[in-house]
Amino acid sequence: MTKKRIIFIVFVLLLLLHQDSWNWDNANLVLGFMPVGLFYHACYSLVAALFWGIVMKVAWPTELEEWAEGGAESSEGGSK
Amino acid sequence: MTTVIVIAIYLGLLLGLALFSKTLFRGTSKDYFVASHSIGPFMLLMSVFGTTMTAFALVGSTGKAFERGIGTYGLMASSSGLIHAACFLLIGIKLWAIGKRYGYVTQIQYFRDRFETKAFGYLLFPILVLLVIPYLLIGIIGAGKTIAGVTGAKITPKGTIPGVFPEWTDNGAIPPWFTGLVISAVVLTYIFAGGSRAAAWANTFQTIVFMVMGVLAFYLISDRLGGLGAAIEQAKDSHKVRTLSEGGEIGVSHWTFLSYMFIPLSVGMFPHLFQHWLTAKSAKSFKLTVVAHPICIAIVWVPCVLIGIWATGLFASGIPSGAILAKTVGVLVKDPIIVGLVTAGILAAIMSSLDSQFLCLGTMFTNDIVLHRAKKEYSDKQILFMARGFIVAIVVLTYIVALLLYERSVFDLAIWCFSGFAALTPLIIAALYWKRATKVGAYSCVIAVFISWLTFFAMSGFGGEYFVFGGIVPAAIMWFIGAGAMIIGSLVSQPPSEKTLTKFF
Repeated sequence: MTKKRIIFIVFVLLLLLHQDSWNWDNANLVLGFMPVGLFYHACYSLVAALFWGIVMKVAWPTELEEWAEGGAESSEGGSK
Repeated sequence: MTTVIVIAIYLGLLLGLALFSKTLFRGTSKDYFVASHSIGPFMLLMSVFGTTMTAFALVGSTGKAFERGIGTYGLMASSSGLIHAACFLLIGIKLWAIGKRYGYVTQIQYFRDRFETKAFGYLLFPILVLLVIPYLLIGIIGAGKTIAGVTGAKITPKGTIPGVFPEWTDNGAIPPWFTGLVISAVVLTYIFAGGSRAAAWANTFQTIVFMVMGVLAFYLISDRLGGLGAAIEQAKDSHKVRTLSEGGEIGVSHWTFLSYMFIPLSVGMFPHLFQHWLTAKSAKSFKLTVVAHPICIAIVWVPCVLIGIWATGLFASGIPSGAILAKTVGVLVKDPIIVGLVTAGILAAIMSSLDSQFLCLGTMFTNDIVLHRAKKEYSDKQILFMARGFIVAIVVLTYIVALLLYERSVFDLAIWCFSGFAALTPLIIAALYWKRATKVGAYSCVIAVFISWLTFFAMSGFGGEYFVFGGIVPAAIMWFIGAGAMIIGSLVSQPPSEKTLTKFF
């Protein structure tokens, strides 16, 4: 399986995990002050940052940067 | 009065920073519009984050949490952490590369070449301007409500605290027309001084200020309520869950929560964000923005949503949601210096968005309308004069409309702006990733989205909260309408020329 495919699958998984219907009516508090539904989504933000950090590491579009530096004159026939 | 002096000092500091950034301004139109592609990773993060977080993030999120509860965070903040970063990576970096290679300054320049149609700009320009205006409105309205909330008279269990200027207005508050005037003048001054570069410097400074002040407000409010545990205990139970109340005023429906995922897509089409992307020195500058953006959102939104929930135990429901943050700070944190600092933080969040929006409107008008078909060569001085003239005209228009719509919800107005831009994202996604996308598809997409947006906007009562089919936000429906129009329009028309495909793919 290619890196891009794995990233896409994890991305879809994160989209699904955003819909935490199991927390909807849960009024419990985490650490005594944070409603569980809010705590879950705060953690979700951190997981999203971690995910994008890994994506930056393993799938950075190096070729796009090189293409951009090429300039308008060399654009004919260029690819990215 | 001390609070007002602290705010005035903050605005003075901001103008001082603008004068400093003016010394770095190179005097060319390219430097004015895209800072000569010289902005590094940290300033890019701060300016992009500062631009996306406005009155909506601080004033709107607190007010919405006060109305609907914790669901506010999941509706916009956590989904934005995932989707904004995806847009920065998949749309932002690619547009930066195309803009840098071919010298584009606006989205419309790119679309004109990609879809091989010069007239497209005349259709898209007024629509983009129309959609940016609600964004400007929430800034001016949000600032007016914040200052009115802080400086007005407050009723507490111990009696009434008089307003700052009792001889000036009924409740002693600084009137919204004056706040709007001052905020607009300050922002105009610093973007006129140094364009994109001044906006990037000011945004960096203001983003740091509003993040620090947000955390400070959170700490002080929780302290005054007896600590984090006591603060949440006194809040209404109905706001600690997402369960929809009988009348539907509190909580969030599952359909609403799901369909809200479309709204953060709006960053892919924001013209002011496009301009910020082009200021980047290199593609690597984006790395920090992509990774840190979700964390920055959490740092700002978690405290704001918690303050909104705590406020349910302090104030009766039904008071204007836009004033919740200012009222909570004003009632609980009585130290006028701290109140002034926190208010300056709120204004910082508002102004760090207004500047980019003002600037991008001037940039689009000059490049996409005036210079596009200009028969004669204009000097850099003349170009900057035109850009500034259009900005002033838009600011005057927005200022007047903001006073007329002052009672509208900041959160709901913002959602209408975001919905329009989100629904237009099939246009940019197809332009970048679908070779078969054609000008017929592009026209169909924009016209279909605009008609559906106008229809839903009118059905909402021109800016109110509105759902279809039992809780789905119009943005989701409009996105599919736009995508469908793009696909059908493209498939029934001739593919783009080989020259265009070679240039962009």
